[in-house]
Amino acid sequence: MKFTGTDTYIATEDLMTAVNAAITLERPLLVKGEPGTGKTLLAQEVADALGRPFFEWHIKSTTKAQHGLYEYDAVSRLRDSQLGEERVQDIRNYIKRGMLWEAFASKDQAVLLIDEIDKADIEFPNDLLRELDRMEFYVYETQETIVARHRPAVIITSNNEKELPDAFLRRCFFHYIRFPEPDTMERIVEVHFPDIKKALLKEAMECFFSIRSVNGLKKKPSTSELLDWIKLLLAEDLAPEDLREDSTKALPKLYGALLKNEQDVQMFERLAFLSRRQN
Amino acid sequence: MFVDFFFQLRQASVPVTIREYLMMLEALSRGASDNDVDGFYHLARSAMVKDEKYYDAYDKVFDNFFSGAMHDTDDLFAKVVPEDWLRALAERTFDPEELAKLQKMSFEELMEELARRLQEQRGRHQGGNRWIGTGGTSPFGNSGMNPAGVRIGGEGGGKSATKVWEKREFRGLADDVEIGTRNIKLALRRLRKFVRDGAEDEFDLDGTIRATAENAGYLDIKMVPERKNRVKVLLFLDIGGSMDSHIRVSEELFSAARSELKHLEYFYFHNFLYERVWRQDRRGYNEWTPTWDVLNTYAPDYKTIFVGDATMSPYEITEIGGSIEHWNEEPGEVWLRRMLAFYPDAVWINPVPQDRWMSTPSLRMTYQLMSGRMYPLTLEGLDEAMAVLRKGGPALAKH
Repeated sequence: MKFTGTDTYIATEDLMTAVNAAITLERPLLVKGEPGTGKTLLAQEVADALGRPFFEWHIKSTTKAQHGLYEYDAVSRLRDSQLGEERVQDIRNYIKRGMLWEAFASKDQAVLLIDEIDKADIEFPNDLLRELDRMEFYVYETQETIVARHRPAVIITSNNEKELPDAFLRRCFFHYIRFPEPDTMERIVEVHFPDIKKALLKEAMECFFSIRSVNGLKKKPSTSELLDWIKLLLAEDLAPEDLREDSTKALPKLYGALLKNEQDVQMFERLAFLSRRQN
Repeated sequence: MFVDFFFQLRQASVPVTIREYLMMLEALSRGASDNDVDGFYHLARSAMVKDEKYYDAYDKVFDNFFSGAMHDTDDLFAKVVPEDWLRALAERTFDPEELAKLQKMSFEELMEELARRLQEQRGRHQGGNRWIGTGGTSPFGNSGMNPAGVRIGGEGGGKSATKVWEKREFRGLADDVEIGTRNIKLALRRLRKFVRDGAEDEFDLDGTIRATAENAGYLDIKMVPERKNRVKVLLFLDIGGSMDSHIRVSEELFSAARSELKHLEYFYFHNFLYERVWRQDRRGYNEWTPTWDVLNTYAPDYKTIFVGDATMSPYEITEIGGSIEHWNEEPGEVWLRRMLAFYPDAVWINPVPQDRWMSTPSLRMTYQLMSGRMYPLTLEGLDEAMAVLRKGGPALAKH
């Protein structure tokens, strides 16, 4: 079965190739890209498209590799032992499965998302090498080895805050999601807002890409910001002409959804001022 | 047949290993991609290139390899190239307007035209396998989608079905180009030196467990002071005229340093270090401090970072009175040596691209004065510089 994008997710050809290669070879796929290009969404969409169970593991700066495997809750066991509970006899009762274990135990081949792996400690990917390579791990408390019933399709996202270790990279397929080109972007918008009028879409895209093309922006608007903005435009029921109604203004209406940094807004105001003076 | 490709990638310093190469072959043999050059391009890239900064190098090697591989085969065009590729090629080569004009031609006619053009082209450029049309009415010109010129690909034909690799869209992603405040902060974080001192206000779990055990199970709570970053840094920034073109990146470095390092003292100098440095930015001359005072105030355990392009007349370094702003009693190099002797942990960070260093005499001199501890203002350079500062002691000069 091949992944070819979904009704709500437009995948480019290179992305499809990478996803399919990773699924065929049952190896992790590492996805990087600008913020707001749909890295995290990808895993969910792959799971939906292929009809597979989906597990997500969101990484924080304090996350340890062990958390994805299992955690042993010694404190509850201690408490139960004071209360003389029956279940204290079996250590299994105090072992909490992590997302990796859940994905390994899944009846059908699962899709596992490891989101923002670069947030964790620099050693984190190394601690998962064997687990992702062999798809098995050892539980010390019960002295058993957990082996994946089906090797899950693992999709890992990274925002490039830390370099990932080479040994880890060697085991992954890699894909860098580029910022979509205007026609891909148009398809993406249409998938989300099928009823949008062509004229409005065209005008909005022009505004969006011209804002993005300005050099020196602190935070360039991304796909998710464009979608938010168009949602607002539709909610306000603006016509295409309204967007550029006032040519003396450098920014379109409701720009707050696109520009989230006041220095950027000020810069556009200065640009508008300059262009007015030139006229 | 791809072994050459593998080695060419390695030669272009794309860090690809045998394991990844085998992974690519396995994926290929299991039909993980469409069976065309396009599919192979994407598949091999996702299997063998693990960082977008190498995408550009990959594109170049790919282009080179495939034009080379197809170069010797004369009749490849006739035999090998599937019709679909050519159709795709035609669709991509012509813009919609031209396509409409050419609609009258049947596909065969169109392909004949294409073949005829390619033959002609081959006659004209012996051995050349690159053909860049020049627009006009030529159906195979560069008036198509690619402003850099669409390569019909000579003998290769099919290999230019998409030419993603020719556009080299990933040129800007090499990591010595992009540098932002956040990335600088991450680099500076390597300078951390954690020390626990001050009030004991943090619960010490390990200590408590040990103490409780020693206490025969009777709870004995232990506290420790919070961990703090105690690294101390002196930053000297050049704000001379030639630094104007580097102001943005220097500002980013400065603001990152200020928010990341608690014990940061910074001074400005103009072109080179002399007997005084300034505190106020934009060369506010009134606020100067004698350099001797700096040496007397801050202890040698301060890590010292100079930021400057070191681009000036050599006299400004070597001569008494060489400064272009005032009469200096001692040459700049004496001052720099003095500071380096006092602060053994020092690096010079230079915004000038590294490949230009050796062609500027003053820059070369500064490099030697720093005994090689000069690093470019890129993420890699900063990383290296911070590693040297952290280890401490003068590094050996690199040649």
